[in-house]
Amino acid sequence: MSYITDLIQLIIFVGVLVAFSVPLGNFFAKVFQGERNFLSPVFSKIESAFYSLVRIDSGYQMDWKEYAVQLLIFNLLGFLVLFIIQIVQQSLPLNPQHLPNVNLLLALNTAVSFTTNTNWQSYAGETTLSYFVQMIGMTVQNFLSAATGIAVMITLIKGIATRNGKYLGNFWVDVTRAVLYVLLPLSFLLSIILISQGVVQTFNHSVTETTLEGISQTIPLGPAASQISIKQLGTNGGGFFNTNSAFPFENPTPLSNFLQVLSILLIPASLVFTYGKMLGSKKHAWTIFGVMLSVFLIGVVVSYLSETASNPIFHTNQLMEGKETRFGIFNSVLWSVATTVASNGSVNSMISSMSPVSGLVAMLNIQLGEIIFGGVGSGLYGMFLFIVITVFISGLMVGRTPEYFGKKIEAYEIKFSILAVLLPSIIILVFTAVAVVSNAGLSSLSNKGPHGLSEILYAFTSAGGNNGSAFAGLNTNTNFYNVLMSIAMIIGRYGVIVPILAIAGSLVKKNIAPATTGTLATDNFLFAFLLFGVIIIVGALTFFPVLSIGPLLEHLLMNLKITF
Amino acid sequence: METKKHTAPLFDKSIISKAILDSFVKLNPFYLIKNPVIFIVGIGAFLTTLIFVADLVGGNFSLFNFQITIWLWFTVLFANFAEAIAEGRGKAQSENLRKSRTNTLAKKIVDSKEIEVTALDLRKNDLVACETGDTIPADGEVIDGIASVDESAITGESAPVIRESGGDRSAVTGGTKVLSDKIVIRVTSNPGETYIDKMIALVENAKRKKTPNEIALSILLSGLTIVFLVVVVSLKFFMNYYNITLSQDVSSVSIPVLVSLLVCLIPTTIGGLLSAIGISGMDRLLQHNVIAMSGRAVEAAGDIDVLLLDKTGTITLGNRMATEFIPAPDVTEQYLADAAQLASLADETPEGRSIVVLAKERFGIRGRNIHELKAQFVPFSAQTQMSGVNILPTHDSGERIIRKGSLEAIRKYLSKETNINLNAQTEFLFTQMIGVDIALSGGTPLIVVENKKILGVIQLKDVVKGGIQERFAQLRKMGIRTVMITGDNKLTATAIAAEAGVDDFISEAKPEDKLKRIRDEQSHGKMVGMIGDGTNDAPALAQADVGIAMNSGTQAAREAGNMIDLDSNPTKLIEVVEIGKQLLMTRGALTTFSIANDVSKYFAIIPAIALSLFSTNGINGPLSVLNIMHLATPQSAILSAIIFNAIIIIFLIPLALKGIKYRPESAANLLKRNILVYGAGGLLVPFICIKLIDLILVSLKLV
Repeated sequence: MSYITDLIQLIIFVGVLVAFSVPLGNFFAKVFQGERNFLSPVFSKIESAFYSLVRIDSGYQMDWKEYAVQLLIFNLLGFLVLFIIQIVQQSLPLNPQHLPNVNLLLALNTAVSFTTNTNWQSYAGETTLSYFVQMIGMTVQNFLSAATGIAVMITLIKGIATRNGKYLGNFWVDVTRAVLYVLLPLSFLLSIILISQGVVQTFNHSVTETTLEGISQTIPLGPAASQISIKQLGTNGGGFFNTNSAFPFENPTPLSNFLQVLSILLIPASLVFTYGKMLGSKKHAWTIFGVMLSVFLIGVVVSYLSETASNPIFHTNQLMEGKETRFGIFNSVLWSVATTVASNGSVNSMISSMSPVSGLVAMLNIQLGEIIFGGVGSGLYGMFLFIVITVFISGLMVGRTPEYFGKKIEAYEIKFSILAVLLPSIIILVFTAVAVVSNAGLSSLSNKGPHGLSEILYAFTSAGGNNGSAFAGLNTNTNFYNVLMSIAMIIGRYGVIVPILAIAGSLVKKNIAPATTGTLATDNFLFAFLLFGVIIIVGALTFFPVLSIGPLLEHLLMNLKITF
Repeated sequence: METKKHTAPLFDKSIISKAILDSFVKLNPFYLIKNPVIFIVGIGAFLTTLIFVADLVGGNFSLFNFQITIWLWFTVLFANFAEAIAEGRGKAQSENLRKSRTNTLAKKIVDSKEIEVTALDLRKNDLVACETGDTIPADGEVIDGIASVDESAITGESAPVIRESGGDRSAVTGGTKVLSDKIVIRVTSNPGETYIDKMIALVENAKRKKTPNEIALSILLSGLTIVFLVVVVSLKFFMNYYNITLSQDVSSVSIPVLVSLLVCLIPTTIGGLLSAIGISGMDRLLQHNVIAMSGRAVEAAGDIDVLLLDKTGTITLGNRMATEFIPAPDVTEQYLADAAQLASLADETPEGRSIVVLAKERFGIRGRNIHELKAQFVPFSAQTQMSGVNILPTHDSGERIIRKGSLEAIRKYLSKETNINLNAQTEFLFTQMIGVDIALSGGTPLIVVENKKILGVIQLKDVVKGGIQERFAQLRKMGIRTVMITGDNKLTATAIAAEAGVDDFISEAKPEDKLKRIRDEQSHGKMVGMIGDGTNDAPALAQADVGIAMNSGTQAAREAGNMIDLDSNPTKLIEVVEIGKQLLMTRGALTTFSIANDVSKYFAIIPAIALSLFSTNGINGPLSVLNIMHLATPQSAILSAIIFNAIIIIFLIPLALKGIKYRPESAANLLKRNILVYGAGGLLVPFICIKLIDLILVSLKLV
């Protein structure tokens, strides 16, 4: 076993991630503070031209309620467009395969999924969606849902940093800047590199070839590279092709694999430094980054050890089922952990085929709330909720009304933080509970026993956590799953966004108390330790029972050589 | 500064028996619902009771269900008991309060006779007589007489002021002291009984409103309760999945077991003790003789960033003290001291006494008997503004007429009785010079003359209270800045500020300066505490986040503040801050403890529930590996967890009542210790206790 080379790869990965995210984070801070940056000479002209074109008054300021309403309207429109073009794709151009219109509930599920940055796919892209829908629908929503997340996070920062204010900024400006300065340049750059590596970008329809075995095989093509770059960078994860980044035309080389897994975490990690920069505390950014990185590394190590441990049934310590030989164990594990901590959901191997413990790690990553780097924007504002709870409990323990960056954390903030933390968890548990005892839920299962439980739990975890990755093995393209998962995705997304905006709206009005020696510091190891503890304890307490009788039980049974 | 405490023993027999009774009274669901966490336990207990009774009726006695039911009810009762005992102690305390209101006595004039009543029995328009040495019992108006009054407690100005009937110097304030003469006062306000009533309500929990942090914490606890409810109910479904798909035996997941799991997981420890913590905080405040208008104010005290303190009475002793004798050019210091002592022997004012003390300290001049000296004391009067002594001539000396007074009074005295040009006298010029010097350095000059000849100057100075520096150092450690407010000039203020160790000061402060400073600090996001007693403090006290009025202060000040210190001891604020912080810390620590406990309870109950999955031929299923405590049986595991969960409430009642220990130190250190004790302790303690309870249950054959 090449533990050493795997370790070196991990170190390089983390090193490159840090090296890129610090400057990028600082650059994003400039963008959202409206400061001049190296893109300004050209982009500011495009920006203002765009505002005058769509008649946005960029100086107009919104309070949290107006901001939330604009955001919801914007997302609703995005959803409607995506929904409608799917159900009429036959009459639309760029459909060389002449794919039929998408079934209503599947279209609903898919539209919700891409609007909420979940990118759960109950369908196989190449056999369901036309190039037009992929490009105008999926790719556009990949940008817009990511930009929505960034906008919410920027708004939250403004709420924390503004003293005695009322307004939080302008939703349209925030979204425009997120797309123009953050997502577009990086996606463009990544697309070019991916194309150079062999990722397809074409309007030609699929080709049919005869394989060496003499069987006729259809090889799908399409304008993939442009969608894949934003799929990774925007923590969307919805693949162009069904097998996602395990498919050679979506992810052909080790370099493309490295860049893709890097770009999953790149923007979420950079935004941590944007957060620190805009709040004027780099140390706080490093504290959060440290917590995220620790949980991430623990996940990678546990997963890796479990994948390379000797399997009691096959007596081999490298189970390659469901994994691409091009990537091997380490890169499959790294990807699976990265894609689940960040709310990405793209895969380069099948999580269902992994060891039960790796499945547990992947699930727990999502269940913690997609806050370890997390989705673009959403990861950090999710982490903020845990920071609020940590600050509250430990603030009490130092005998002061808890404060965060000088803002008092009071009943209002606690109420909405708790709501936002609990809603996704409750949805995951309730829907899974309904599914595992109903015929509609059970009939989609392809495995029995704990693995079956894991499949259903994973699906709702992925939906409620807006991750979008699939455990595989569960047919979710049924009315039951399409509807329930759509609800889970909506609650998982807006059940967090709206409370976050409400908190931002409350914080913005508060005065900033200066720090004294009696104030709880949020930028040191002690705080990092507490934050880590709160994340693990809250996450673990909520999901310990179900994970015990799901993946953990499967692991124990596997050791007893019992399978289903 | 030790303050008088009315400390009741932690557990008084009569309080306990009353509390036990109350625990049952509080089972009333309409009362219970105020505490959502405990209410859920109550519902669970009710449910298991129904199941137990139904089984019993069906001829099936389940010892296990019986025990679970009992312990669930105990959990509720213990939480009720915690609250009841805190209330009981509060009631006992408020009895003390009713008795020990202010003990200022007043000479009320009824039908032109004086009768002694307590200040609190005075009502508006009552007439009161005040003589030398009396404390004026209430705000009022002088309707007869003239007197010099020490208002240092209110105005911060050390020099006595003249109050007389008629004109605009007729108002007197409660708590001030008559230094000479006699006045008759008409009381203009009712005493602040309402405060005491409010405080009694607070400690007796009758009208106690939840404080902001308490509300926030309740929300957090309710949120956790809801999520655990979902966790437990969904667990039933997940277990059923194995029954539906693989026909596994999941009969172990009975309602009593699920209720037990739920009750163990929801934060019952902190939920059960929350209100006891709040009540006992008020109670502790009362032990320090401080009355709070609301719990909110006590909590805010823990948040104070800046503390505004009046110099007089707070930082310095209320009165000026003699610190030096400065003789005129041809007089010895000892002679001056001797004369000054003679002039002050019968002077009962603090200043006069301090002169006697200084003369003794410097030159060993002992007290002498005025009658033996055939001396006649001339007390301070508002008319002459001087005091002194007349000593009749003896065989070895002539008559001595000694007077002491302010520069202005002496000038009047000398120029009235002699026709000399004072400005031509070297002694007088010298005295003036010294006087200016003393005034510059923050003192007050007192001139001594004997037989119209100037002997020299006594320097009177503010004296900083002993131990005040340490107090300010403590405050600094807590992260609280102190600002001294004084009417003195900058020079004096600087000197005193440095001596006392305050962080900042405002000199030559006018009443409006206090208000301005408070607003200024608040606009920077700081929480401001202020102690005041004067009428002119009222706006500032009202503006401050925490305003503590001295009980001796004016009615206006008492109305404006949100706390009243019955002892009128301004350094009390430090205790108040500590109590505020302790209140929050106790809640935070017990919340941490409560949540950390859940880890061990999972390891007790989850294996007990899931043991049956994939068990073959009576061999425990694979999830028995989670039974890391090696608890004997599933039943003993569940019972041990639920018993621990109940009795920990009882064990933590003393902590809730006393509050966790607070030491003035940085937030980081406090947090480290509390995390270690209540976080790590909360993780580990239940593992040990649950194991012990399991061993006991097995040995008693209860499972």
